[in-house]
This record gives sequence, C-alpha cells and structure tokens, in this order.
Amino acid sequence: MTTTPTAYRSTAVAARAMDLSKVYGQGETQVVALDQVTVDFHQGEFTAIMGPSGSGKSTLMHCVAGLDTFSGGSVRIGDTELGSLKDKQLTQLRRDKIGFIFQAFNLLPTLTAQENITLPMDIAGRKPDKEWVRRVIDMVGLSGRLGHRPAQLSGGQQQRVAVARALASRPEIIFGDEPTGNLDSRSGAEVLGFLRNSVRELGQTVVMVTHDPVAASYADRVIFLADGRIVDEMLRPTADGVLDRMKEFDAKGRTS
Amino acid sequence: MFRTALRNVLAHKARLLMTVLAVMLGVAFVSGTLVFTDTLSSAFRNQSAKSYDNVAVAVTSYADADDAEQEPGLSQRTVDRIGKLDGVASVTGRVDGFAGVADPDGKLIGVGWSNKGANFAPGKDGKDPAYVFTEGSGPVRDDQIALDKDTAAKGRYEVGEKVRVATNGPVREFTLAGVFTTDDGAVSAGGSLVLFDTSVAQALYLKPGYYTNVTVTAAPGADDTRILAAVKPLIPESAQAQTGAALADEQAKSIEEAMSGLNQMLLGFAGIALFVGVFLISNTFTMLVAQRTKELALMRAVGASRKQITRSVLAEAGVVGLIASVVGFALGIGLAAGLRSGMAAFGMKVPEGSLVIGTTPLLAALGVGVLITMFAAWLPGRRAAKIPPVAAMSSVHAIATTKSLVVRNSIGGFLTAAGAALIVAGAAAGSDGRWTIAGGAFLALVGVIVLIPLLSRPVIALVRPLIVRAFGVSGKLAAQNAVRNPRRTGATASALAIGLTLVTGLSVLGVTVGTALDKMTTDQIKADYMVVMASGGDLDKSALTALEKAPGVAAVSPQQAAYFQLKGEYVSASAITPGDIERVLKVEVVNGSLDTLGKGRIAVAEKTADKQGWKVGDTLPVVFGDEKKGSLTVGAVYKDTEFLSPVLVDTEVVAPHQAKPFIPQIFVTMDGGQTAANEKALVDALGDNPAINVMDKQDIRDEFGGMINMMLNIMYGLLAMALIIAVLGVVNTLAMSVFERQQEIGMLRAIGLDRRRVKRMVRLEAVVISVFGAVVGIGLGSFLGWAIGQTIKSELPGYALVIPWDRIGIFLVLAALVGVLAAMWPARSAARLNMLNAIKAE
Repeated sequence: MTTTPTAYRSTAVAARAMDLSKVYGQGETQVVALDQVTVDFHQGEFTAIMGPSGSGKSTLMHCVAGLDTFSGGSVRIGDTELGSLKDKQLTQLRRDKIGFIFQAFNLLPTLTAQENITLPMDIAGRKPDKEWVRRVIDMVGLSGRLGHRPAQLSGGQQQRVAVARALASRPEIIFGDEPTGNLDSRSGAEVLGFLRNSVRELGQTVVMVTHDPVAASYADRVIFLADGRIVDEMLRPTADGVLDRMKEFDAKGRTS
Repeated sequence: MFRTALRNVLAHKARLLMTVLAVMLGVAFVSGTLVFTDTLSSAFRNQSAKSYDNVAVAVTSYADADDAEQEPGLSQRTVDRIGKLDGVASVTGRVDGFAGVADPDGKLIGVGWSNKGANFAPGKDGKDPAYVFTEGSGPVRDDQIALDKDTAAKGRYEVGEKVRVATNGPVREFTLAGVFTTDDGAVSAGGSLVLFDTSVAQALYLKPGYYTNVTVTAAPGADDTRILAAVKPLIPESAQAQTGAALADEQAKSIEEAMSGLNQMLLGFAGIALFVGVFLISNTFTMLVAQRTKELALMRAVGASRKQITRSVLAEAGVVGLIASVVGFALGIGLAAGLRSGMAAFGMKVPEGSLVIGTTPLLAALGVGVLITMFAAWLPGRRAAKIPPVAAMSSVHAIATTKSLVVRNSIGGFLTAAGAALIVAGAAAGSDGRWTIAGGAFLALVGVIVLIPLLSRPVIALVRPLIVRAFGVSGKLAAQNAVRNPRRTGATASALAIGLTLVTGLSVLGVTVGTALDKMTTDQIKADYMVVMASGGDLDKSALTALEKAPGVAAVSPQQAAYFQLKGEYVSASAITPGDIERVLKVEVVNGSLDTLGKGRIAVAEKTADKQGWKVGDTLPVVFGDEKKGSLTVGAVYKDTEFLSPVLVDTEVVAPHQAKPFIPQIFVTMDGGQTAANEKALVDALGDNPAINVMDKQDIRDEFGGMINMMLNIMYGLLAMALIIAVLGVVNTLAMSVFERQQEIGMLRAIGLDRRRVKRMVRLEAVVISVFGAVVGIGLGSFLGWAIGQTIKSELPGYALVIPWDRIGIFLVLAALVGVLAAMWPARSAARLNMLNAIKAE
C-alpha cells in the first residue's frame, strides 16, 4: 500500500487487464461483452472509462475490481492475479485493496455516516488510522454530519460519505461506477472534485466508469470502449474534447 | 378485482409459502382434533351399544356393603325370581372389584386402577355370553381363574399354569383355566380382567350369595319396558333398574362428556397455534402490500376505489386461506389417524372403528382457515387502501411513520398496565382471584404484543454490545437489522412470546407445586414407608397384621378413613391410633394438644376450624355412618397437610360404627430406617403381593413429581405446534428481510464481507429476534406463574415460588436454536446473492 503521494503519471501499475474477455451465453445467443481488452491503470492516476451503453465499460470495471468473473485473459491488482482466486480470497482482496463508489450510494441505513465510513475496516477487523480518516472526512467536508444516518443526508452528502468510505481504508485502487449518475450537477462536481483531489493530494488511484463527458473531464486519462474493445484513449481530457470524441463514435456507429 | 387477486397469489407463491404452511398446520390441528374425538366417541359409543345389545334390563345395587341392617346387594333369591318372570330368557348376576395379576417376576401387570376382577357366570349351556374363550374354558372351581388374552400374553401364562392374583386381601394362587376375549369396557381400555368362579368372586367382593349387577335378556318378542316394570317390585330399594337401551344411552352421554373435555383442551391449543399464525400471516401481507405500493397506487390512479383495493387484498388472503385449509384438512385426517395409533402405542386401547369424518370438521376447518387468514390480512389491506395514487409516480416508498407507533404504544402501555394491575389484584385476592388473573393475563398478553415493537429497541440495544463483542461487524449489523422494522420484528417475536409465556407459566407453576409437594413429603413424613394399594383402594386388615409381624418393624400406624356428620357438616376424618400419629407424621399443632385424642377428643385442621368457627374445647354433635348420634369435643387444631384428612379421631371412637375398617394407607417405621433389606422384609411380610405398593419417601415424591412432569410434558407437546408456527414466522421474516436488503447485502459483499459472515449476520438477526421474543415470553410467563401460584398458596402448605432456571435456560437455548434453524435457508440465499445484480437492483 502506498502511503506517500507519488508523482503524477507514475509508471507503476495499480491494476492491469491482459487480453481480458467476457462472453455471455453460448452459440447463437452468445454475446461478447469484452473482447481481448488490454489496459493498465497507473498508480496515482485518475482514469475514466467511457463508451456508449452496451460497450462493456461497466463489465470491464467489474472484472478488474473482482466483482465479476471473466472468460479469458488475466487481471492483476498490484501483484495479485485475480483469475486464480476463490470467492473467499477475492472478497478479502476487495476488502483490503479496493474501494468502491456506486451510483446508488449504497450506504447502510442503520449506520451513521461515521460508521459507514469505517465499515470496510470494521469488516476487516482493523483499527482505522484515525489521523487519516479525519483528513478524509475533512476533505469531503462531512465533519459536522458524522452522527447522521443516511436518511438524514442529501444525495450529494450521501455520495460524499461513500467517497470517504472508499478512501478511508487507503485501498490500492478505487473503482467508481457512475458515481455522479444520481446527483445534480453541483453535487456531482463536488464529488468529482474530491476524487480528483484524492489523486492529486493523497496519491490515490481512481478508476471511474461514466457516460458524462463533464465527469470524464475531471480524469487524467479517458479510455473509450465500444463493442467490448478499447477504441481510443485521451490524456488530460476536456469536456468538449470528450464530447466531440463521443459524437464521432456515435456517427461511426450509425454509418457502419 | 378477483382475477387480480388470484394472479397475485400465483405471482407470490414462494413468499406465501410460510403463510400457507402456518394456516395449514393450524387447520390440521383443528380438524385433526375434531375428527379424532368424533372417531373416538363413535367407537366408544358403538362399543357400549354393543355391550348392551342383548341386555333387556340391567339392575345395579348401590347398597352400602358395610351397613349390617341392609341387604348388601342383589341376592340369589332375587335373581332367581327375576329369572322366572314372563319374557325373560336368561338372567345373569355379576359382581366385580379389583384384582391384580402378578407377572412371573412378581410385578403387577397393568396400572393399578385398571385391573378388574369379576365372576364367570355360565348360563344353562355352560357358557357366559360376555366372554369368548380362545383357549381352555371358564373357571368352575374355586381355585381356577380365566384371564383376558392381553394380560395372559403380558404375563406369558399358559392354560394350566399357576397364576398369583391379589385382591384386597392376601395374594392367592390360582390355576389358569382359560383365556378369553371380551367387549368389556375395562379390557377395551387396556386394563386386565380376571374371571373367578362366582362363589369366589362373591366372597372376595361382596358377600356369598350376593351380586352387584344383574342383567336380564329378553325372550324373542318380549318387551323390554314390560320386563323392567316387572323387575322393579322385586329389587331392594337400594338398587336401580334400567333398560339396556337407556343404559347404553346414558353411557354414550357420559362418553360424550368425557370427550368434550378432551376436545375443548385440544381445540384450545389449536386456537393458540392459530392465534400465533395470525402474526405470520399479517407480516406476509404487510410485506406483499409494501412491495406492491406502486402497483396499488397505479390501480388507485386509474380509478380503483379504496374499498376495491382492500377487497382485492382480502380476496387474495381468502384464496390463500382456502388452499391452506383444504390441504390442512387432509393433513388433519392423517393426524387423527396417527393420534389413534399413537394412543395404542402408549398402551391406551381404543375400540376398533373406522375414522369418522363428519361435515362439521370440514366446515370448521375451511371456515377457521379462511377467516383467520382474511382477518390477519385485514389491517395490511386497509393500509394498502391508504396508499395515495400519487405514489405511483414517485420512486420513494412510503415509510411507516412513527406517529402511528405513538398511538400504538399508548394503547399497548394502557393494556399492559391494566392487565398487570388485574393480575396483581388477582394474586392478592388469593384463591378467589383466578378469574381476575385470567382476564388480566389476556389483557397483559395483548398489551405486550401491541407494545413489543417499542420494547424491541431498548431490549436489543441492551444486548447489542455483547453481540458486537462476540461476533464483530456481523453482530453489529445483525443487531441493527433486528430493530430496523420494529413492527415486523415485533410480530415475529410475538409469535414466540405467546408460546413461551404459556410454557414458562406452566413450568413455573408445575415446578413450584412439585417442589412444595416434595418438601411436604420430606418434612411431614417421619415414617420410613407408606403402604398403599396399587388400585388406590383400601388395604385388607390382614395386611396390617402382616406388617406388624414383619422383622425390624418399630411402629405400624394405619390410617383409616371415616366419614361422619359433625354439627351438620359431612367431614372426612383420618382415624388413627393416638400417640402413633406423631411418630409417623409431623403434625403441627396450632392449638390444644394431640394427647387429648386418647381421651376421645378430636383434632380439626386449621382451615376447617376457621371456616366452621370451631375452637379447642367446643363440643360438637356428631352423626356417625350408621346413623348413631353422639357428641365429640375438639381437643386440638393442627395445620392442614396432604397426608391427613381435616379431622383426626381415635380409631376406637369410629370402629363401633363401621362394619369393616377402610384403610387407604399404612405408615411403617423400621429399625435402621430405609434400607433395601427393610423394604424386602415388608414386601415379604405382605406375601410379595403385586397389588400392594411399599413406597419409600423417594417413591412418594416420584409419584407426585411424575404426575406433574407428565402433565407438563403433555402441555409442552401441545404447545409445540404454536412454536413450530412461530419458527415459520421467523423464517418468513428473515426471507423478507433478505429479499428487501439485496442491494445492501450486495454492497457489503462488494466491499469485503465474505459469505460466511453474511450468513452469520442473517443468522444472528434471527437469533436476536427469537431470543427477544423468548425473553418477553419468559418474563410474562414467570409473572403469571407467580400470580397463579399466589392463588393456590393457601391450599398448599410449604408453598414457595420456584423459578425453574434450568428450564428457562433450556427455553432460551431452544429459542436461539429456533433462530439458527429458521435462518438456515434465508442465510444461504443471502450468501448466494449475485452481487452485481443485487447492487443494480433498485
């Protein structure tokens, strides 16, 4: 686990997919969700995965994050090869090395914000690093609401709790699945800002699936997927740039 | 609307499963009970009708055999005169009493009270129509007997072998002349029957030449009532004559009465089971309605009225209830058949006969099943109707407001307080307070059930730290999940609480009474042995002489029973030898002195003395059993005890007024106390009589304790049904919870909670809910046990409340096990959830 902020665009790889394939069904009804995808996610980098619906962007994330099984190729988180892991070891890997932010917040309604944030450590039976947790909480601006339950928080606040939860255990990599999908644009911008800050200031590695060009513009790098394949990549993206690129795909998709 | 309801039932098959099971079990219990008791009473009725089939007229003597001035029964002369009447084909005199048969090891065959002896009364053809001999023939010499087939088989006796038979007197050895089968009620009920030659039976049970019963058969074409009219003038005043048909009717009626008691008890337990089921059903429909909020709102939006919505939910419940009832009824018939063979397995013989399946059980089963289900679904149905049409548009589910819980809690608090007050008042009122307690118990139970959602939070919060420490994060999540939906947790826990209230109340009461009786035995019996008849009847005087002669005997104190009228009140008295009584029993004298008994005075038990206002020194007019008058002076007042009648008197005082002493028990003190050798000496002195029990203190204790334990076990068995339904309720609730929390469970799995701990989380939630219900039930049950105990306190000397901690511990462990068991399936399905689908699911 990295504890010191690494330089931007480090060469070390936090997660890697090699010739990753995912196939649903058989014969006639066979659907190829991922078609031999090879991609590296660098440490200390904020990567956005984009693509039209059905492009396989969520599947790619799920496979790399150890949430889903894959049909071929290999996935590696740090030094760990995922393909050979049993459910129990995968669970442990997710618990210790990966953080998650979901579209639907997914907080436990029975726990307070504070308890939700430290839940992964509770599960692991580890004592949270208090200093670090406070820093994370300060960063997402939740200090005043730690005793609140999710039902007493707005959507944006709930997602900030989710961001803090993902950051609090200092995972090697954080995966976000449309983290701003359920938020208004202001709350969304806040959450994205936190994610970017966590990369810049804390050296966190973040991979985020999104269909929103504005959200993607917060990333250091955007990967474009179509029909289960990586079709393009953009460094230091801007919202307009991403939008243009997406339009191109759409046009291609329509003409081809 | 009905079609929608039907579709809904089909769509939610799995979720309705537990409801169907619960209704089914309850209905099976009800219909099983009804079919079983119908079958039983019809079998007994047929049997009694059959046994009086050939009887035109039966005469029974109610004469007092001890009364020297009266004929002791129906004389041979009377029998002969009846035989000569017009229309009489045959007349048979019968006499019967207790007869115990020893097996080759010297042990009594069968239970004491069910062993009967009677005379063999052959007609002109040498046959007695009441008995069909399978081997040998009836006894015709005074050293011969015949045995019923089962008893002969149990004793492994063959015709021609010697059999030891005990009546009230000493044991006698007879030769087995024959083995028979019979319709006699005693044998049908599983007892033993010994047939003696008539003169032997008369000598044993009455007086030579006399009978207790005479049965008359009519010649073809003769009228029973005319014979009855002719018989009546011939018989003594103390005897009664009836036609066979009237007698059969009377017996049928008494069977019916006996059955209705059993019927009501079983139906009571079925009612409890169904009551528990209501909570489960209500929970299920609440969930189904909640899940369908949008759908129902849409129906409202397109124009369905509130009534229609409620009706559609009720119709759905009706369909479910009907299906469950039909299956339950079939199950109930199986249950009735099983019960009958089960009784046979326990040695209770039931007369042959096919299952009687009337329309009443069918209607009752269907009615109860459908109505209970609809009743339980009524509240959820009304709640469904309150869903506003706009809910169809919004994605937010209406969450139960806390406001309604406030109303609920106020009502619950009031009911509980009122119930508790009534219970306490009833307890304070003593033996008159039982009905007050019953009313209070009902109120308190309902109150606690209403209040249980409120109770769930603090009670579970109390144990939360423990669970968290023991099970970490799964424990913490489980404890929180358990209080998440207080209504549902409450309803689930209620089901268990009701069962455990009853179980605990009965246990507290049973164990307390048992302990008191035990203590009484230990405290009050100074003698080493108590000698009684196995039949519960009286001992022959010869037993007394035999015991006095036994080696090592220090004191023998017979206790005779006497009845006389004291100042106009009939009292039962213990006639004893003055000076002896203190040696064998501890008698606490309140006033006066027992020494006065030797001077012809009497002692009166405290309660009787208080009630009648009798004091030491009072002289009371007395009328003895033989109508002789006199007066007796109270010499002492003593504390009531189970081993003495309310009046103590010198045997010498009552002996002149009794033809034959009636000795129910003899106390014996031995040199060296209770030893195996001493016990053997007593048994030997009594001639190794299988019909006489020589009991040491432990035996006496076991007899009381055994009875109480048996009763408790029967109650536990009957309440098991309620508990099974409660378990189904826990399964149901957990399945619902897991289903509703799919997304959460998926997230927990994603962020690193492994399957094992997901399972544990669900399991712990079940355990927390079950144990919570158990704790509430145990608390209320103990309270009720205490209250009812207070009302019997005055009747039971040495009463002290005993909380059976060991049993309560077992109940708690069982409740926890119930939780674990109930969680098995829901926990597994939670652990197997597909994470990705779960997270995506909205």
